[in-house]
Amino acid sequence: MQAPPAPIVARPEDRFLTAFELNEGHTLNGSNARLHGLRKQAIARFRELGFPPPRTEAWKYTNITRVLQHEYRLNLLPVETRLTPDDLAPYRIPGLDAHTVVLVNGRFAAGLSDIGHLPDGAVVTGFARASETHEDLVNRHFGAYAGDEQDPFTALNTAFTLDGLFVYVPKGTRLRRPIHLINLIQAEEDLFLQPRLLVVAEPGSQVQLIQTDASRTAVPTFTNGVTEVFVGTGAHVRHYLVQDAGEAASAVNTLSVYQEGGSTFTAATTTLSGATVRNNVYVLPNGEHCESNLYGLFLGKNRMHVDNHTMMDHARPHCVSNELYKGILDDASTGVFNGKVLVRQDAQQINAYQSNKSIVLSDAAQMYSKPELEIYADDVRCSHGATSGQLDEEAMFYLRARGIPPKEARAMLLIAFARDVLDTIELDVLRTYLDERLDARFHS
Amino acid sequence: MALLDIKNLHARVEETGMNILKGVNLTINPGEVHAIMGPNGSGKSTLASVLAGREDYEVTEGEVLYKGQDLLEMEPDERAREGVFLAFQYPVALPGVSMSNFLKQAVNSMREHRGLDELSAGDFLKLMREKAQLVHLDPSFLRRAVNEGFSGGEKKRNEIFQMAMLDPTLAILDETDSGLDIDALRIVADGVNKMRAPDRAFLVITHYQRLLDYIVPDIVHVMVDGRIVKSGDKTLALELEEKGYDWIREETVAA
Ligand SMILES: Nc1ncnc2c1ncn2[C@@H]1O[C@H](COP(=O)(O)OP(=O)(O)OP(=O)(O)O)[C@@H](O)[C@H]1O
Ligand SMILES: [Mg+2]
Repeated sequence: MQAPPAPIVARPEDRFLTAFELNEGHTLNGSNARLHGLRKQAIARFRELGFPPPRTEAWKYTNITRVLQHEYRLNLLPVETRLTPDDLAPYRIPGLDAHTVVLVNGRFAAGLSDIGHLPDGAVVTGFARASETHEDLVNRHFGAYAGDEQDPFTALNTAFTLDGLFVYVPKGTRLRRPIHLINLIQAEEDLFLQPRLLVVAEPGSQVQLIQTDASRTAVPTFTNGVTEVFVGTGAHVRHYLVQDAGEAASAVNTLSVYQEGGSTFTAATTTLSGATVRNNVYVLPNGEHCESNLYGLFLGKNRMHVDNHTMMDHARPHCVSNELYKGILDDASTGVFNGKVLVRQDAQQINAYQSNKSIVLSDAAQMYSKPELEIYADDVRCSHGATSGQLDEEAMFYLRARGIPPKEARAMLLIAFARDVLDTIELDVLRTYLDERLDARFHS
Repeated sequence: MALLDIKNLHARVEETGMNILKGVNLTINPGEVHAIMGPNGSGKSTLASVLAGREDYEVTEGEVLYKGQDLLEMEPDERAREGVFLAFQYPVALPGVSMSNFLKQAVNSMREHRGLDELSAGDFLKLMREKAQLVHLDPSFLRRAVNEGFSGGEKKRNEIFQMAMLDPTLAILDETDSGLDIDALRIVADGVNKMRAPDRAFLVITHYQRLLDYIVPDIVHVMVDGRIVKSGDKTLALELEEKGYDWIREETVAA
C-alpha cells in the first residue's frame, strides 16, 4: 500500500521568486541599468530574508504570513482602466485645491491626473516615467533610504518596482498647493500591488502630499507599498495618508524618511478601513536641529487589524521628535502600536516624545501597545506613555444629562478623543474632511 | 399637580448593593424653591443622581412622578429634554469638546424635542453671549473645552450658565455654592434668582445657610441617613447653622 503523497506546501515567497525569474528578462527589464541592478540585489535579499515567520518580534501581533497564504495575483502587465475623472468624485476632498495625481493599481494614470501648473523645475509624475525623464535624480535617490537590507517587504517592492509616484521639489521652492495622490485599486481579481513613491525635497523646499488609498473592488487585494522621502537641509515635508481601501484590502506600507539638518518632516496617517493593515514608518534625522512628527489615528471596525510600527532613529544631536497615535477599536477589531525610539550615543540633547492612547469599545476588540526606548546618549529627554480604556462613563452621563441622546454623545466623545490628532493637520480642508468622515462613521 | 412627587424612594449602589436612600418623600410644586441640607454622606447627591438617571444606582422601592409621569422609566437624556436639569457637584471635564459645540448639541436636542427648529448660528451665538453674561462668564470660555482647566468656581458658574441655556422646569443644584468665593456666590445666586419663575422649581442642595440668604427657599429639608427627617421654613437653615445636626439625629432616634 502506498502512502498518500504529502501535500505540496508552497511557500508564498516561491511565487514571487518564480515570477521574478519569469519576468526579469522583459517586463522587469527597463532601460535603466541601475534599477535593474538594484532589482537583482533586492530579490536576492528577499530570497534570504523571506516573509517574517510568525512570532518574529517585529510582527508579534500581526500574523502577516496568514494573510499572505491567500493566492494574490502578481500582475505585472498594466490593466486597462476605463475610468473617467468623474469616477474619482468619491475620493476627492471637497474644497481641496491640489495637484492631483492618480495611480490605478499602482500605475500612474496620466489621463485621470490633473497635475496643473507647477513652479519651475518641480516635477510630479509617474515613477516609471520619471525613471526615464529624470534618470539622474531617480538614480541618486531611489533605494537610498528604504531598507532593502533588513526588510523583506521593501526588498520585494524594489525587486518588482514598475511604477508609482515621483515628486521632485527643487532647492528653495515651495509648492503652494498640496499634491493629492489618489491611490486607487480597480480589480476584478485578487491583485498583489507594489506601488513605489519617491519624494525628493531639496534643501529649503516645502511640499505637502496627501495620499488617499481607496478601492473600487470587494475582492481581496494586497498592497505592498514603499515610499521614500528625502528631506533636504531646512526643507519641510508633510505626508498625510488617508487609508480607506475597504474591508478586503490588506496592506503593508513602508515609509522611509531621511532628513538632513534643520529639516521638518511630519507624517499623519488616518486609517478608516482595511483588512490587515501594517504601517511601517522609519525616520532617520541625519543632521542636527531636525523635527520629526509622526501622528496616527486608526478606527477599527468588524475584523479589521491595524498595526502601526514606528522607528525614530536619532543619530544626530539637537533633534526633536513627537509621536502621537490614537486608536478607536470597535467590534472584533485589533490595534497594534509598536513605537521604537533609538537615541544613538552621539545624539545628545534629544527631545523625544511618544504617546499612544486607545479606546476599546467592545469586549471582542483588542489593543496591543509596545513602546520601546533604546537610549545610548546621556543628555536626552524622552517620554512615552500608553493608555487603553473604555469610553468615559462619567462623560457620557454628563452629556446625556444635558439632553444629548446616547448616540450623539458617544460620537462627540469619540471625535473629541481623536481631536488632538486631527488638530495636528494644518490643512483646513483636510481636517474638516476627516472630521466629517469621523462624524458620519460614529453616527452610523 | 405637583411638579415632582417622590414617594418612599429607596435606592442602593448597583455595584455593591449598599443601601443609600431609605425612604425619601418629597413633593415640589411649580414655582417653589426647596433646599436640602444634611451631613456628609447622608445621600443628598445620590438623590440628585437618581433623579437625573445615573445608572450606578438601583431603585429598589418607591416611585417618582415628574409632571405626573414616571420619571424613573425615562432615560437620562429624555429626562433632561423633559426639563430636568442637574447642576453637578463635580462637573466633568470633556477634553476635545468645545463649550460651543457642546451647548449647540444640547440646545438643539432640547429644541428638537419641543418641536422647534435648530437655532441659526447667529441666534445661537447671541443666546450664548446673553446667558454667559448672567453669570459673568467671559465669552472667551465658549472657545475652550468643557470644564477643562476651569477653576473650581468657574466650573460651578458654568453649570449655572448651562442651566440658563437649557431653560429647565426642574433644576437640581448640587452644592453649586461650594468652591465659590463671596462675589461668585452672589453672582450665581443672582443668576438663579433671575430664573425663578412660576412654572419652574429648584431643588438646592447645600451645606451653608449663606447661600440661602441669597436664594431664599420656600422649604428647607434635612436629610440624614437616606431619609428626609425634618422639614421647615427658611429658619430651619439658621437653626442648623447654629446647632449642627446632632440634635436632629437625637430627635429622629427618639421619635
Ligand atoms: N457610586 C457609589 N459607589 C459607592 N458608594 C457610593 C456611591 N454613591 C454614593 N455612595 C455612598 O453613599 C453615601 C451617600 O453619598 P452621597 O454622595 O449621596 O452623599 P452626600 O449627602 O451628597 O454627601 P456630601 O455632603 O459629602 O456631598 C456615601 O457614603 C457614599 O460613599
Ligand atoms: Mg454630595
